[in-house]
Amino acid sequence: MNNENQTLIFEITKPGRIGYNLEPLDVPNFDLEELIPSNLVRQEAAELPEVSELDIMRHYTALSRRNHGVDSGFYPLGSCTMKYNPKINETVARFSGFANIHPLQDESTVQGAMELLYDLQTSLQEITGMDEVTLQPAAGAHGEWTALMMIRAFHEANGEGHRNKVIVPDSAHGTNPASATVAGFETITIKSGEDGLVDLEDLRRVVGPDTAALMLTNPNTLGLFEENIIEMANIVHGVGGKVYYDGANLNAVMSKARPGDMGFDCVHLNLHKTFTGPHGGGGPGSGPVGVKADLIPFLPKPVLVKKEDGTYHFDYNRPQSIGRVKPYYGNFGINVRAYTYIRTMGPDGLKAVTEYAVLNANYMMRRLEEHYDLPYNRHCKHEFVLSGRRQKKLGVRTLDIAKRLLDFGYHPPTVYFPLNVEEGIMIEPTETESKETLDAFCDAMIQIAQETIDNSALVQEAPHTTVVNRLDETRAARTPVLRYKKQEQVTVS
Amino acid sequence: MSTPKELLYSKEHEWVKMEDGKATIGITDFAQSELGDIVFVELPEVGDEISKDQPFGSVESVKTVSELYAPISGKVVAINEELLDNPEYVNESPYGTAWMVTIEVTNDAEVEELMDADAYSALIEQ
Repeated sequence: MNNENQTLIFEITKPGRIGYNLEPLDVPNFDLEELIPSNLVRQEAAELPEVSELDIMRHYTALSRRNHGVDSGFYPLGSCTMKYNPKINETVARFSGFANIHPLQDESTVQGAMELLYDLQTSLQEITGMDEVTLQPAAGAHGEWTALMMIRAFHEANGEGHRNKVIVPDSAHGTNPASATVAGFETITIKSGEDGLVDLEDLRRVVGPDTAALMLTNPNTLGLFEENIIEMANIVHGVGGKVYYDGANLNAVMSKARPGDMGFDCVHLNLHKTFTGPHGGGGPGSGPVGVKADLIPFLPKPVLVKKEDGTYHFDYNRPQSIGRVKPYYGNFGINVRAYTYIRTMGPDGLKAVTEYAVLNANYMMRRLEEHYDLPYNRHCKHEFVLSGRRQKKLGVRTLDIAKRLLDFGYHPPTVYFPLNVEEGIMIEPTETESKETLDAFCDAMIQIAQETIDNSALVQEAPHTTVVNRLDETRAARTPVLRYKKQEQVTVS
Repeated sequence: MSTPKELLYSKEHEWVKMEDGKATIGITDFAQSELGDIVFVELPEVGDEISKDQPFGSVESVKTVSELYAPISGKVVAINEELLDNPEYVNESPYGTAWMVTIEVTNDAEVEELMDADAYSALIEQ
């Protein structure tokens, strides 16, 4: 292990060393204490690192080489849709007319940008089968929460503010119950049946006059299409509840089936997943929410509208709105990328995305099913979930398999999720990978399965080729070191 | 895998120790070994009502967050405050220092439905 590369920029500092010469001050010096109370004015110089330009370059270049992104290798992280982000998106997002405008400019000076956003909304309405879309929410969970707040406002407006239960299947993303809780609802979990789909009887059992909504991903987190979706929507609508579509898995049905036609009342999309916004580094994301007509009055304001004279306008006159959910109007740069993607792909292209995403997942599932258990063995959509329980009997856990994949240069799939699969391994290849890449990854998985039989220690002690081996995740969680302190000697084991 | 004879067990891998109409609840040795190192424990508050099969708290390991499902219904009369600061007790001593809550049992029939050590051992060997 090369420890030199692990030092922090603060630890290579040498007093007096500089990497940049500031221009001489060309404005009069100003005493900050005239403006700010003296107890709030810093008295000592900030301890910024003192390094040369070359020191900086080597430091950050070394760190960047430890990244793994979709540009450097296969990234089959289940339910995250780590597809390739076309570089034309970046070119368009950097157009001066998009990159150098300010959200507080007068509307008349940014009509082009507003037109792009409006057209994006219209495209997303068409793709989802919804009546109106807001681009405000900044990410998926934000979109979930926004939609739930609208559902709450809808029920309250109808004198049914007592509806406080949100139903979530046990295979849902953890964000669903979390969003429901933050929106002030109580979550009811329903179990999946033997076939991995929502158990209709269990759904019928829990719905009632207190049902606010059902939150559902379709296909679900096992990558299986909820084929009873129309009946499920009818059950929930029958008791006066709303049905919410978590768009995390839209890549499996885009341009083939529309949530609006399946009975969903509202939907969020992850533009940073399905529509090639970059993600995996924490954002920024974009989580637009689409709604059917009866939820439109509750959309967060402002609502971007097209006026009769053809100009675009932010409409604040929405008395029933849940209010603003984000400063300005969403993460504009990400929305430009999503718009670019939709326009470069076109309707036929988006259909092909879905077909290849599903084909790739099924191809891998069939290549791997001999070597790993496949608890829900049926035609999958864009992802599938293996179980490492056969390997567990040989003393090799799914975590070990994930670590061993690092030796082959792959980002491991999602593991131990969904919770209804023992030792789960959740693989989502996306449409952008070639057959050669899918085969190479399957070969690695098959080799690892063989290693668990022939030489389990090799897998149990993996990874062997990475800069660091197993990290102490327990210590990191129990006693995290979250910031650098100058005097503190932090030892890295 | 340790499964003490004097305790009762639920399908969701909780153990129950009955004493004078009160039940003390924790998670089993099998559960902690499946979860891995526990890094966070969330418990209800004294006075809360917990209901059979409904979540009453959660445990977080480096792998996953799992809900704690009440094996029986009752009113919480004590929680293990020390466990909140020392989640590693769940791994070190699941039947001892890692007890989670004590409740006043409200439905004796639910206690009758719990498994004994032999039945629970058979369940986890499946």
